[in-house]
Amino acid sequence: MRTLPAFLIFLFGSASMFAGQQITGQIVKNPGKPLIAVTDFRASGSAADLMASFNSTVRADVESSPLVNFVPKTLYPLQVPQQPSDLQAGVSAPSAQATTPQGNRLTDWSLPPMAANYLGMGYGADNNGNLVVFGWFYSTAPNMPSLQQAQVFGKIYTAALTQEGAVDAGHRFAADILAQFGGKSLVGTRIAFVSNRTGSKEIWVMNWDGTGERQLTRYGSISTFPSASPDGRIVAFTTYATGFPAIQLFSLDTGRKLPFYNQRASMNAFVTFTPDSKRVVFSSTAAGGPAQLYMANADGSGLRRLTSSNSIEVEAKINPVTGTDLVEVSGRSGFPQVYQMNLEGANVRRLSAGTGEATNPAWSPDGSHIAFAWTKGFEPGNYNIFVMDVSSGQITQLTSNEGRNENPSWAPDGAHIVYASKRGSQSQIWVMNADGTGKHALTKSGSNEKPVWVNAEQ
Amino acid sequence: MKTRRFHLTLSSALATARRTTGCATDSRMAAPVGRWATPVALCALLVAATGCHKKAIPPPPPPPPAAATPPAAKPVVEYFTAEPATINNGQPSSLRWSVTGATGVQIDNGIGSVSPNGRHAVYPTGTTTYHLVATGPGGQTDADATITVSSPPPPAPAPANPSSTIQEILSHQVQDIHFDYDKSEVRAQDQAVLQADATALKQIFSLDSNFVVTIEGHCDERGSAEYNLALGDRRAGATRDALAALGVPSDKLKTISYGKERPLCTDASEECYARNRRAHFSAAQ
Repeated sequence: MRTLPAFLIFLFGSASMFAGQQITGQIVKNPGKPLIAVTDFRASGSAADLMASFNSTVRADVESSPLVNFVPKTLYPLQVPQQPSDLQAGVSAPSAQATTPQGNRLTDWSLPPMAANYLGMGYGADNNGNLVVFGWFYSTAPNMPSLQQAQVFGKIYTAALTQEGAVDAGHRFAADILAQFGGKSLVGTRIAFVSNRTGSKEIWVMNWDGTGERQLTRYGSISTFPSASPDGRIVAFTTYATGFPAIQLFSLDTGRKLPFYNQRASMNAFVTFTPDSKRVVFSSTAAGGPAQLYMANADGSGLRRLTSSNSIEVEAKINPVTGTDLVEVSGRSGFPQVYQMNLEGANVRRLSAGTGEATNPAWSPDGSHIAFAWTKGFEPGNYNIFVMDVSSGQITQLTSNEGRNENPSWAPDGAHIVYASKRGSQSQIWVMNADGTGKHALTKSGSNEKPVWVNAEQ
Repeated sequence: MKTRRFHLTLSSALATARRTTGCATDSRMAAPVGRWATPVALCALLVAATGCHKKAIPPPPPPPPAAATPPAAKPVVEYFTAEPATINNGQPSSLRWSVTGATGVQIDNGIGSVSPNGRHAVYPTGTTTYHLVATGPGGQTDADATITVSSPPPPAPAPANPSSTIQEILSHQVQDIHFDYDKSEVRAQDQAVLQADATALKQIFSLDSNFVVTIEGHCDERGSAEYNLALGDRRAGATRDALAALGVPSDKLKTISYGKERPLCTDASEECYARNRRAHFSAAQ
């Protein structure tokens, strides 16, 4: 609160200063969240061509975060600082300022029309065949006694001297910025999904930004329903490779099969891991009758039955925070609905409204919300993605009139959701912010479905 | 003589050629008829005029010998046999012969000149008479050996192939069972189909007690793939149980769910959805 008086002075001062001028304001996407300006980084030599990739990556990551607002670059001064020595310390009084904000005066960035709370800046260089990016992040608060104290961080990012390297460095710089506001970096996270581009459904993995697609399974059968262990090391899925739908586990380190004992059953499917990645819950018809939930060790041993209903019980997702409860899809009240229960199969309560079909539940990383697919207001099969606050039951619709949308999965930053959207004959993997903004497709080859966000390896 | 021969009518020329040559080939030459008569007859004339006349015309019998010179004896074929004389098609037989007093021995049917004593394995595919000609200073001697080739008796008519019969029953008589949306109970209107399926399945298992049938559960595309995997499993299981209640041995019925992974059709119409909500029968792998 001690910044308030100075802030007020600036408000009034700038108001009088710009009286009579056309001031372009900005629409703030996330009200009450900090405004971040990041200059375009430049470089000389062979690194120069890479900086456009770096700059667009940083902007996209900051823009898409619900934690902050990105100040449009069109509002920036013509001259922007590239390093700390370009900066001048904060000015003392509004009267000392020129009529337009100067880019090299740090506190001028807090003036309209930028009105930024923070400034990111820096430059790149080719250092012995590596891309080296110097990135700084400053608070523009005018009461900072010195530039040193206004500096939030300054870091060096080393990457390959390629476009991919520049994108990687951009992600890391943006992640460091967002980390200041509680953002969890997505660098190193991946998305597992199902693609039929080889002619049969196989499990694929790609980087979280859609780059680096690679095929994990080569069964030429039906391999689908991927899920990931919270430690980011294992992808589990269901495959017909052995004749009947059965569970398989693959190590993401080695790309090889891990041992898993399948129950003797017409189907074993839909694996979810406990937060320590050591145990699993899955659906099995091991006892005959409809598929029920079972718990086991991560190798399939030590089986314990969780549910004993006369209805279908599928798609269990263990709470990633508590590890003591789960959500799942059950047909016990008619059409499939989302239920919550503890890991004893007790304390069952229905989370979804009971109308239409609710399916594909997915926990937010902090365990406060679930995303799910629901046919609310539409014919069967016409799913959209919704998010529910688990404690209050409040529901937000994230997709509408954009085809059939299914299988949401949260990013580890809690700010993004990956999902499958079928618009026409083929399904593709899309990402959006957790508020439903910023939708964009990650895949385009073949039909791709059932994405699941894989944490960075721990 | 030659000039006059060429003025004969064709038929008499042929007759002359036959008379004159006595070639072995003549005996197999059928009387030419129709449009082939002329060329065949001309061929016969050519053969008569060139190929055969040197050796084929037996020399006139010598004058009665002077007392001191015995006449030259004809070659003697001691034996010319085929062992065995009767074979089945594809089996070998062995020609054996022994000739004395000959300067040359020929066997037809592609065997050609042979030594006076010998044997030769043959594989005739039909009854064949082998003709041996032994030629000596005193003339020539013929002998025949016939190998009778009997076709093996035709195999007993193949018994009806049980596997093709089973496939026929499975694909034509065992009909899909259909289901309502999000349901796995066999509907009342499908009981007749179920009964017919039970009868056909029992027939299959009576034909082959080791045969196993897979009941595939399928769903339409509208529900989630996850729920549909379990729903298809339920449909297959319900179908198996209903068939078992009609006396079909359930240990010969496996179940598998394909959820909505193997649709029959992909139209977004109730007709297509209804076709895809089914239990289908196939031979277990």
